[in-house]
Amino acid sequence: MRVHGEVCPILVIETHQLTKTFRDRKRGEVRAVDGISFRCEPGRIYGLLGANGAGKTTTLRLLATLLKPSSGTVRVAGCDAVREPEKIRARIGFLSTGTALYGRLTARETVEYFGRLHGVDEDLLQGRLREVFATLGMGEFEDRRCDKLSSGMKQKVSIARTLVHDPPVMIFDEPTLGLDVMTARTIVQFIRDCRQQGKTVIVSTHVMSEAEKLCDRIGIIDRGRLLVEGTLAELRTQYGATELEDIFVRAVEGRP
Amino acid sequence: MNWRAIRIVFGKELRDSLRDRRTIISMIVVPVLAIPLLMFGLGTLMVKTMTKARQEIPHVMIIGGEDSPKVLSALRAAKSLQIVPATADFTNQIVEKRVRAVVKLPQDFDAAITRGDKAEVEIYGYQGEIKSEFAAENLNGFFQNLRDATVRERLESRGVPVEVLKPFTIQRQNVAPPAKVAGNLLGGMLPYIIIILCLTGAMYPALDVTAGEKERGTMETILCCPVGRTELVLGKFLMVLTASISTVVLALLSMGATFQFAKRVLANSVPREALRTIATVDIGGLAGVFLMLLPVAVMLSAALLMVGLFSKSFREAQSYAGPLMLVMIVPAIAAMLPGVELNASLAVVPLVNVSLVCKEMIAGTWHWNYILLIFGSACLYAAAALAVAVWMFHREEVLFRS
Repeated sequence: MRVHGEVCPILVIETHQLTKTFRDRKRGEVRAVDGISFRCEPGRIYGLLGANGAGKTTTLRLLATLLKPSSGTVRVAGCDAVREPEKIRARIGFLSTGTALYGRLTARETVEYFGRLHGVDEDLLQGRLREVFATLGMGEFEDRRCDKLSSGMKQKVSIARTLVHDPPVMIFDEPTLGLDVMTARTIVQFIRDCRQQGKTVIVSTHVMSEAEKLCDRIGIIDRGRLLVEGTLAELRTQYGATELEDIFVRAVEGRP
Repeated sequence: MNWRAIRIVFGKELRDSLRDRRTIISMIVVPVLAIPLLMFGLGTLMVKTMTKARQEIPHVMIIGGEDSPKVLSALRAAKSLQIVPATADFTNQIVEKRVRAVVKLPQDFDAAITRGDKAEVEIYGYQGEIKSEFAAENLNGFFQNLRDATVRERLESRGVPVEVLKPFTIQRQNVAPPAKVAGNLLGGMLPYIIIILCLTGAMYPALDVTAGEKERGTMETILCCPVGRTELVLGKFLMVLTASISTVVLALLSMGATFQFAKRVLANSVPREALRTIATVDIGGLAGVFLMLLPVAVMLSAALLMVGLFSKSFREAQSYAGPLMLVMIVPAIAAMLPGVELNASLAVVPLVNVSLVCKEMIAGTWHWNYILLIFGSACLYAAAALAVAVWMFHREEVLFRS
């Protein structure tokens, strides 16, 4: 979504010196996210690459305004996360690990519920539902209860739930974790489609091959700090390695 | 306040929980079927066993008395006693329920009475065991009659009129209206039953929409929606409150129907007095009780929501909710104890105050000052509990506790 060669600022995710600290009874103050600054642009997939516990999920929760930053700023689609969290939430779709559905609701009821919570007008909602169900091929199971669906179907309901309000910004937290190959492929294709449609996409993962295939820019995160970021080509030049895994290990170990 | 959002959340939670077998059981099946069945069944069983115990002629043993044929033959002739041969281990016989009571006669009992000497009769029984108590009562009655007869004989032999024993008579009169009697019987029980029902009805849904959602990961998905957290928690709260109040209403209706039914069925086996007592419960009083217990339902629902919000999993929430239920039932039981009466300081103790004032209202006594004070304080407690639940829902430490 480029307007006269300029990135439309309204859809950008920007963080500046973003920090989140928790108090832990045993460990004292924990800096889960420590001074992270980055920028994601429309039509691009930004990958946050890090080991488990590196601070990926906390960062994404800060972007989605589920958590409040301890210091630093988050701006999504031109809105400040602390002052206008609801405006940000209206513009994002958040797909987290696992399908997380209400088992006793049908696929249709689930997507309707999230549409209404996102303030989609009743007269627009049914049209939107038809559109989303057609795109994802959900027609045959839209009236079945979620707890009776296969994991692939559940994943589709989950996607439909994040798409119902047509968000310009998509956040994926370890989207393929624990999925079988076929379902994981569907998700990866779906993330690519989002980029195709000009959405701003940010994905967290600890799978190197996924980041390599999918992401336009990669940020390597470890113990709450963003160690390095750039396109895959830039990272290869900087570290003198072709494999992302080698680049990752060198970055984490502090070698140039 | 975005009422549309609250309505959306409430509607979804209600639909979701009505499809859940566990909610249906705790909200509909238990109050409508289980409680009346239990009450009716237990009541019938109690009446039956009591009647049977009363009708049964107890086996009793006489120790000693070989030298007193007069009292022995009188005992054998008594219709309320069945005499069995004496054994040395008579206390054991009582413990093992082979005999219900034993009477031990002193030596020369007949002779002592004739002479006018002091004599002591001992009755052995098993306290707390209903059939043994009845048997001991029968023995006691027998010897009291014997004593009265002896006194009369002695007086007559000395030419003193029997009336000297009764210089005056005593008559007790009851001024409590029937409703008051019912109030004391039922009024203590009713708030207690309602508080338990409020808790059972609210417990499962309250924990499911909080800890259950955290566990399934759906909490994160609704927090991502552009709806305020206050609206989310209020929508959930209203559903829990609905479940709680529905449970109470359904149970009360079902109990009322059971009473009507029981009145017909038990009409012959239960003293008419007891039935009249139940029938005269004041409808206004019942309505008052229900109104007074509304803020209590709000408070209990909010308290259970807090427990659920604090917990990481449904299981953890359940392990906190169990003791919490016990803690909340204690004040209701305290108010049920005879002799505990409403006063200014008890009027501000949560749960105790409402239970006590309900007892009065059922009995048809309306202390308006207390009623206003208690309703006000109950509302205050309810508002405080709800405010804490809402506050907790805004805390990320609580929502993302790990």
